Amino acid sequence: MFSLYWISFKSLVRKEINRFMRIWVQTLVPPVITTSLYFIIFGNFIGARVGEMNGFSFMQFMVPGLIMQSVIANSYSNVSSSFFSQKFQKNIEELLVAPVPTFIIMSGFLVGGMARGLLAGLFVTGVSLFFVPLAVSSWLVVFVTVLMTSLVFSLAGLLNGLFAKSFDDVSIVPTFILTPLTYLGGVFYSITLLPPVWQFISRFNPIVYMISGFRYGFLGAGDMALWTSMAVLALFIVVLFAICYRLIEKGRGLRS
Amino acid sequence: MALALEITHLKKTYSSGKEALKGIDLRVEEGDFYALLGPNGAGKSTTIGVISSLVNKTSGDVKVFGYDITRDMVKSKQQLGIVPQEFNFNQFETVRQIVVNQAGYYGVDRKDAMVRSEKYLKLLDLWDKKDERARMLSGGMKRRLMIARALMHEPRLLILDEPTAGVDIELRRSMWDFLREINEAGTTIILTTHYLEEAEMLCRNIGIIDHGEIIEDTSMKELLSHLEIETFVLDLEVPATASTVALSGYAYQLVDPMTLEVKVTKDQGLNGAFAQLNEQNVKILSMRNKANRLEELFVRLTGNVGGGA
Repeated sequence: MFSLYWISFKSLVRKEINRFMRIWVQTLVPPVITTSLYFIIFGNFIGARVGEMNGFSFMQFMVPGLIMQSVIANSYSNVSSSFFSQKFQKNIEELLVAPVPTFIIMSGFLVGGMARGLLAGLFVTGVSLFFVPLAVSSWLVVFVTVLMTSLVFSLAGLLNGLFAKSFDDVSIVPTFILTPLTYLGGVFYSITLLPPVWQFISRFNPIVYMISGFRYGFLGAGDMALWTSMAVLALFIVVLFAICYRLIEKGRGLRS
Repeated sequence: MALALEITHLKKTYSSGKEALKGIDLRVEEGDFYALLGPNGAGKSTTIGVISSLVNKTSGDVKVFGYDITRDMVKSKQQLGIVPQEFNFNQFETVRQIVVNQAGYYGVDRKDAMVRSEKYLKLLDLWDKKDERARMLSGGMKRRLMIARALMHEPRLLILDEPTAGVDIELRRSMWDFLREINEAGTTIILTTHYLEEAEMLCRNIGIIDHGEIIEDTSMKELLSHLEIETFVLDLEVPATASTVALSGYAYQLVDPMTLEVKVTKDQGLNGAFAQLNEQNVKILSMRNKANRLEELFVRLTGNVGGGA
């Protein structure tokens, strides 16, 4: 049985990675171009006037946020669009008729989303090296945070794909929820700079914890305590996994 | 002989309240070539959907080669190959990627899957298209691709939901030959089709489903022996009128001056009709069945005229 599950998992992961590699111009190039512009405009031109942020140059401060932003966006959109398009084209049935259990189906899509998210994050890191040297306080924290965040947003993308009934439904969440939460999650600023009321409100934005934890790995300091960031990530993983698992088992939007 | 498929008291009520299956029972023996027919909306696709796990059953049991589809999910699915009615592969993948991936979902190692893909794509005459994206294939090729995909894990039971819909007659006949071959090699086949001639030519046993109930489950031979009346169409050499043609003892109709339809009962035979027409100097150029024999029965059993099978 293990061999069956392992082979089906590998097949699904290969299919998912092939999908985004086949359309690399749409999937991997845009984050590189967008973040290069951020580095040039905000980092170089404006950053020089901003001065230090929490004791670091604005460019140094911004790098973890921008890496995380591309990881979040790419992990999410890979799974939501891949899952929904397979649902739309009905080729998700290839998986549903096969002896592939729910956790393998989920794992295949999630690993595909994480692979794209991490690859995009790696490219953005590469671009950042043209602007600022890479300083890492704890590789372990960097890896654990980025992996967990990528998993959280792959799961969120899967949830979106499960509920989506049209391509509009797949783009509404990133546009109206994910992007604002990411920008307000501390990519470009420390939330300690905000007035107390907005600091309080920001604490309800989960992305604040993720970016803070990741930034901690690079700079050795973040807006939130490291353990709080890890706990929030773990909580989201458990809750989202359980919801997606239950929905797929029940066949929500997949089986009639 | 072992049962390839055993359905017991299967019920399905959709969330809309529509009762698609009202407790059907169906048994298909290993090695059979079985036709499941019924008008549109009768419950054929729902039945296939439940067997293939795409539709959640409301109650009842389904076993594939003795494995329950819920309790022995893995084992039952490994025995089963499904060729759905609609194209449901990724149109942007190549032909070979589609079949190799599908084999992987059934636990076939990639190396073996590559070997098998050559075998089945060659058998279905798709080998020279192996690197083409699926969307570039013709309709007939797409149908064959779905059959190749379903065979990649070498299932013991193959279910085909209208496999020859929209396929030209030449290709349809080559697909019939292929299906006959794999059936003779030991694969049990269940087929739904709109072409009743197809069911009559290929299948040994037949089930007719209507309004969510199995109304007939018998051998094709047995079913066709119930056919009591056949309608023949006679093409006349010279135009005829109602006054020049009269067939006593037969129900007939002059459809147009060149075409005569004659209904012939099982014990009447055609000789009497020919003798009368000969006496009246009515020359016949050619003759054919108005409808396929199975179609006559199907219409009678389901009351479905012009609907789907």
